Amino acid sequence: MRGAKRRRRLAAAMGAALVAVPVLAACGSGDGGITVNVYKYNQENFQAIVDGCNAKANGKYKIVYNKLPREADGQREQMVRRLAAEDDSMDVLALDVTWTAELAKAGWIKEFTGSVKSQVENGTIQTPLDTASYEGKLYGAPDNTNVQLLWYRGDLVPTPPKTWDEMIQMAEDLVAQGKPGLIAAQGKQYEGLVVLFNTLVNSNGGTILDENGTKAIVDDKAVEALEALKKLATSKAIDPSFSNSTEDPARLLMESGKAAFQLNWPYVYAAAQKKPDFAANFKWAPYPTVSGDKSKVTVGGINYAVSNYTLHPDESFEAVLCLRGAESQKLAAIKDGVPPTLKEVYDDPEMATAYPMKDAILETLENASVRPRTPAYQNVSTVISTILSPPGSIDPKATGDRLRTELQNALDSKGVLP
Amino acid sequence: MSQSTTEKPEVATEPVAAKKKVVLSEGKRAERKLGWWLCAPAAITMVAVTGWPIIYSIWLSLQRYDLKFPDRTEFIGFDNYVTVLASPYWWNAVWVTAVLTVISVAIELVLGMGLALIMHRALVGRGLVRTTSLIPYGIVTIVAGFSWRFAWTPGTGYLAELAGGEPVLTEKLPALMVVILAEVWKTTPFMALLLMAGLALVPDDLLKAAAMDGAGPWQRFVKVTLPIMKPAILVALLFRTLDAFRIFDNLFVLTAGSQGTSSVSMLTYNNLIKGLNLGIGSTMSVLIFLMVAAIAFIFIKLFGTAAPGSDDGGKR
Repeated sequence: MRGAKRRRRLAAAMGAALVAVPVLAACGSGDGGITVNVYKYNQENFQAIVDGCNAKANGKYKIVYNKLPREADGQREQMVRRLAAEDDSMDVLALDVTWTAELAKAGWIKEFTGSVKSQVENGTIQTPLDTASYEGKLYGAPDNTNVQLLWYRGDLVPTPPKTWDEMIQMAEDLVAQGKPGLIAAQGKQYEGLVVLFNTLVNSNGGTILDENGTKAIVDDKAVEALEALKKLATSKAIDPSFSNSTEDPARLLMESGKAAFQLNWPYVYAAAQKKPDFAANFKWAPYPTVSGDKSKVTVGGINYAVSNYTLHPDESFEAVLCLRGAESQKLAAIKDGVPPTLKEVYDDPEMATAYPMKDAILETLENASVRPRTPAYQNVSTVISTILSPPGSIDPKATGDRLRTELQNALDSKGVLP
Repeated sequence: MSQSTTEKPEVATEPVAAKKKVVLSEGKRAERKLGWWLCAPAAITMVAVTGWPIIYSIWLSLQRYDLKFPDRTEFIGFDNYVTVLASPYWWNAVWVTAVLTVISVAIELVLGMGLALIMHRALVGRGLVRTTSLIPYGIVTIVAGFSWRFAWTPGTGYLAELAGGEPVLTEKLPALMVVILAEVWKTTPFMALLLMAGLALVPDDLLKAAAMDGAGPWQRFVKVTLPIMKPAILVALLFRTLDAFRIFDNLFVLTAGSQGTSSVSMLTYNNLIKGLNLGIGSTMSVLIFLMVAAIAFIFIKLFGTAAPGSDDGGKR
């Protein structure tokens, strides 16, 4: 009997400890002052940026970095679930550029107004700024941006191709000569395929959704883009596992010496520097287009938003301004390789060595295109990647028609998501 | 552990004695009343944690309710059901789930029976055989799923190399076969364990008597062992069918529902959590609930009195 009593007491103590630990931990991080909780994916040198901003805040508030999962779906899921439950412990959220409309429409993030708004707009490149706006209001502060370039092997390709057909032709010629001539890109059923498709459509002057994001268009120019995608997917020079390839497999295929062309984000440049022999011939050029006109590449990146349920909105906005300030962006660009959204950072002399392709990025950015801006973007993206997958079996006309119907359903939140 | 087992009877004697006194003094009715009182906390908790969510999701399924468009929320009756039941994605998912369930449970039953017989008859190292065969069941499904995925990914996996370097997980049928393989590998031990409990019910004398009467090994298995094991087989099949029907984790890791390999649970998750469409998602949950209920009902009907819960052993 006594033994049982002791055990019960032990259990009670353990239960109390379980309850107490999170409480104590919560107290510990606050230092009695205001805590601004930032939720961002795992960025290697972000803690240094946070520390810098905390030093500048001088005790006014303390930013705490909460790491979200590596994959975009995991990040979105966690934030959205907590926002739906009106969680007031999240203050600043690092959002993928495609989530702005959805979270704004749901009333989960605060609008940027007044002096904060003008400070965000000041010196920021227009396209990234567009990704943070919805229905004419600003809901986010662009942190980093991203555009894909065409990467090619300088020793195999003397002059980079300007058009889509040229690129496929060059690659096929290389393959026919028994040289490494494959094209690596993202063709798996996921967001990367949507990025590829959006770039092709916009560069060709086509439209997927109308300006307000309420009506599915998918015009003839978009159907031409579907043809181009099919041509790539069925070419002799395409990476054999294209229909299952994401960014990293594409990079690795080219680094292994099998590919001559790669459509990918600029992080591949930093990664290539680990192999000096390969990096010596690793060149970049603007993205090729169907018509040969200037490309309108899909813009990626991260915007900071402030949760609507935060208890410290003023401090949160202030923290955002620091986290995306020129100094922070420069550190992120040089250490983590993400392209800045402030024009002045590109002009910094230190950027020339860390970012030799910065001019190509800046040029591409000025002409970049934003993915369809609609609260139903997640549905739109899922529908597009499902219907286009695998890209080799696209039937341009029929696939275009199917896209139009199912996209309209997705926009009306009517249909079933695949 | 040993301490607790020695103490248990000591603790348990008191309430039993008290209960007997009540029976003696106030009779059956008082005992029934006490029974109700003792059940009440559990029953109330059950209703609170299962009943309420079920009712709430039925209520949600009758509404147009999309978190992305909070101002469009309205009551729409059975429109969500029409949308879901008219969707080719839903029926594809139903088929995928049904095929996965039927094939994997059938293979598991055969393999599990074999494994159970081996474990039952093992003369040497019985404990070792039982422990090793249970290892797959002890591994967390997500972890096992990841190892299957890497094993089937060209470039990193040995199974993919054996299969000729083809990315099997990118095509519908091969991907489904991999999922079935992963499921069978994982849950056959569970099946075997349940069946072994059934095998223990078969008296040795009966088998010996059958052998004396000239029954061969196959006849003894089919005519003696199987009929006696029927209740155990039913329980094993019922558990596994319901389990397999709700398949989610293996699929989530292996294909994430791409190339039309979504199961009904996967599709519900996509609509509810990814799409934030509470209306459509709840409709799917309700439909899954109905299907699971139907499976349970069919099993009970099919096996008649052999079904669990149809005997009145516990009642007085």
